[in-house]
Amino acid sequence: MWKTILRRVLLMIPQIIILSLFVFILAKMMPGDPFTGLINPQTSASQIAQIRQEAGLNDPWPVQYFRWVGNALHGNFGLSYQFHKPVIDLISERAVNTLYLAVFSVILTYLISIPLGIWAGRYQGSLIDNSIQFYNFVSISVPSFVWYLLAIALFGFVWHIFPTSGSVSVQASGFIGVTLSRLYHIILPGVLIALMSTAGNIQYLRSGIIDNQLEDYVRTARSKGVPERVVFNKHILRNSLLPIAAFFGNVITGLLGGSVFAETIFSYPGMGKLFIDSVQARDYSVMTALIVMYGFLTLLGNLLSDIIMSIVDPRIRID
Amino acid sequence: MSLIEIKDLNIHYPIRSGFFNRITDYVYAVDGINFDIEEGETYGLIGESGSGKSTTGKAIVGLEKVTSGQIMYNGEDVTNKHNRKQMKYNKDVQMIFQDSMSSLNPRKRIEDIIAEPIRNFEEMTDNEERTRVKELLDIVGMPSDAMYKYPHEFSGGQRQRIGVARAVATHPKLIIADEPVSALDLSVQAQVLNFMKHIQREYNISYLFISHDLGVVKHMCRNLAIMHRGRLVEVGTRDDIYNHPQHIYTKRLLAAIPKVNPSGREKDKANRRAVEKEYQEHQSKWYDKDGKVFPLQQISATHSVALPPDEVAELKSEVG
Amino acid sequence: MDTSDELLLDIQHLHTAFRVHDEFFDAVDDVSLTLHKNEILALVGESGSGKSTLATSIIGLHNPRNTRVTGDIMYNELNLVGLNEALFNRIRGNDIGMIFQDPLAALNPLMRIGEQIAESLVYHTKLNESERNARVLELLDQVGIPDPALTAHQYPHELSGGMRQRVIIAIAIACKPPIIIADEPTTALDVTIQAQILDLLEDIQKEIGSGILLITHDLGVVAETADTVAVMYSGQIVEQGSVYQVFDNPLHPYTRSLLRSMPQADQDDEELHVIQGTVPSLVDMQRTGDRFAPRIPWMPASSHEENPVLHEVEPGHLVRCTCYKTFYFPDDKQPAAAGAGSSQNASEGE
Repeated sequence: MWKTILRRVLLMIPQIIILSLFVFILAKMMPGDPFTGLINPQTSASQIAQIRQEAGLNDPWPVQYFRWVGNALHGNFGLSYQFHKPVIDLISERAVNTLYLAVFSVILTYLISIPLGIWAGRYQGSLIDNSIQFYNFVSISVPSFVWYLLAIALFGFVWHIFPTSGSVSVQASGFIGVTLSRLYHIILPGVLIALMSTAGNIQYLRSGIIDNQLEDYVRTARSKGVPERVVFNKHILRNSLLPIAAFFGNVITGLLGGSVFAETIFSYPGMGKLFIDSVQARDYSVMTALIVMYGFLTLLGNLLSDIIMSIVDPRIRID
Repeated sequence: MSLIEIKDLNIHYPIRSGFFNRITDYVYAVDGINFDIEEGETYGLIGESGSGKSTTGKAIVGLEKVTSGQIMYNGEDVTNKHNRKQMKYNKDVQMIFQDSMSSLNPRKRIEDIIAEPIRNFEEMTDNEERTRVKELLDIVGMPSDAMYKYPHEFSGGQRQRIGVARAVATHPKLIIADEPVSALDLSVQAQVLNFMKHIQREYNISYLFISHDLGVVKHMCRNLAIMHRGRLVEVGTRDDIYNHPQHIYTKRLLAAIPKVNPSGREKDKANRRAVEKEYQEHQSKWYDKDGKVFPLQQISATHSVALPPDEVAELKSEVG
Repeated sequence: MDTSDELLLDIQHLHTAFRVHDEFFDAVDDVSLTLHKNEILALVGESGSGKSTLATSIIGLHNPRNTRVTGDIMYNELNLVGLNEALFNRIRGNDIGMIFQDPLAALNPLMRIGEQIAESLVYHTKLNESERNARVLELLDQVGIPDPALTAHQYPHELSGGMRQRVIIAIAIACKPPIIIADEPTTALDVTIQAQILDLLEDIQKEIGSGILLITHDLGVVAETADTVAVMYSGQIVEQGSVYQVFDNPLHPYTRSLLRSMPQADQDDEELHVIQGTVPSLVDMQRTGDRFAPRIPWMPASSHEENPVLHEVEPGHLVRCTCYKTFYFPDDKQPAAAGAGSSQNASEGE
């Protein structure tokens, strides 16, 4: 198994290279350059040319690409033109924020979706199942930002229960104070993200339970005289959790990805917001770094998912 | 010249392993087999699961990539896809599958299912096509309003007959029937087998009848081959195989069929256990040192068996 | 059959009905059967005959929401019909072992073989874990698995079909149940494996003395293994008797038709016998008169009883309806006299 994992990791190298090339070329093709927004009527043409020359923007693009890759390999993704600090610092700062929010919302997603999925599957066709299905329907069909905006309006502006932006209050001090303040900022976006992302888990679990109830091995278990409660937990539920486990690797790596909609609407300084901001500001050093990172995380998530599947399902072997 | 000739057919699947995922070994699914099917005959191919019989059938219709060897149809090589396409080979060679439920598209109406091969190979107006579908349903004894229904509305036997209708839609010369009746109840099985024979007489179709059921093959086929571990262990006429089996594997298969005669069952059981004992204890006599089946040796005009050369000499002297 | 053996199961007037569109239809209609110690009772019939439904009723695994079971299934003074779940769970696995058709589907893909066998020991014995493990190895050995310790740690997909069926049998016999129900135990297997599994079942029966209810559509399997036979059609038993009575002297038109439709005959070009019409579905099933009558339309209505009952033609040999007395196949030269037609059947073809 270790050999396979190593091989898969090595195979990720060419994939990342192709992605980085692609991203680099796309960034170069975007109209304007990072300085476009900094130029004001007073800036002379020679000054612009000089800045561009200094930034290396006049070199042939392969030269620029290899310089960029070389720097990236040293952990240097350049400077954010928008925030005037190293991209790597910027990303790590934002990643921490996103991580808090994502861990909170992912845990909450499982806490909500697993019991609901079990109820819906177990009592298929009942009132409780129908209500859960309705919730699923709503959470899938109504765009999430509608609920985000509604939540901000109600809990933030009307009732003043939760903050409407930021990740930590400036007045907060001390470890406990900061942590509590962080938690306070996370609750509203976290709960809403969780509520909006349960549908997949619920549906997988529900249909898994409905299908597995009819499986022959469940009948075998019953014919052994195994009590119904144990039949459910040991045979039906365990097998129904497989599809959820299949995505778990991507969920873990996705913790760093951030949510574009939620972070933007809640003005939460995480990765998703950083990505949108850098696209809008043509801050392409940030943007390319983020895209390459997302690509890497996706590949890593797939690998992790495969490893997790091979652990929980003996039929799947990765060697 | 036979309708179809299988010459040294090999289908090997690579096994990959190691860090670089290199091919380290092969699964010899089909490992050098030869047989011919004559026009209008039903040729039986018998084997247990994993013997390679279905793979052989699929290779003949072109659903399986051939590693080496040749499939000759009317004297022409149809092993590669290009030739098959050019000759409209698949108009002439069709297939019937075991599982009629999963081999018929559940979202298509019977009309479209049966008409599909016609649309692929013939140009017909809608009216001509509809008339043809009605004819085909009539051939397999189904009412013409069946064409407007969906597969799930039929019983297993009816679906299998629809499968037969689809297979004969293009007036094929050869039909590969892979376990066509294994999933059916006894009375329905009889019905489908009768239909197959009836259609054969009417249209001079050849069948490759692939089955694990020696009773059914005995009823259907004059010539047959027994397949085991990717090779043929015994080839002959019905009389050769059922009344004068030579290879231990053939004997084992025959002994294992439950007979509908309770009075003789103790004797049958004793015989079965004796054959099984022989099989277990004398592996080396019947299989080479790698556990592979020996090459076939002819012991009479019609009968060949996979035995080591010295055994064959002995047999020949016995037969005279 | 040795009737002196202890009576294990006494099924009387069993009806099992399924709900279809809020109406209940009998899939098993007034079936009475007995199973004794050391007996192999074969239940034969085509799909839709109700044979598997009968088995599921005995072990009480029908969904009570859409099934209605009435009648009596007496096991040691205990009526299994309507038995509460907690009590039934003490019977299942312990007193009745069940063997299923598809051994791959019948095993949980995520559990080790040993764990699946041990599961029934957990609920029916006082053995501790190490004793259970020892028992699992013993059972695997008993069902002829070459390396029990290895197999106990494997998962179902790592075994061959024949080995999996042996595991299923090990599960069924884990608590040495007096009753074993085997539902098409060899249908999914190759013939040579089938022979081994049937031998194994017989060996096990000799060892623990169980009564086996063998459900199958394969007449050959019945003839080779059963002591007694019940032939089912449309939810009813149409013929019943010892294996010799039923195979050497089949009387009911259905039994005779089935035997005739087997591709056994040596003659090449002869058509196989086809039973006219189709097996009616649960909803369309005729509920009055002789249910097989539509399949033998050439027989005059007068040959059938109005309410066909089982007639005892000789001790232990029961046949439903009187039509068997005058029954003949239309392609026979002349109508056969009662019972005489049987001699032309495939039973003596070999």
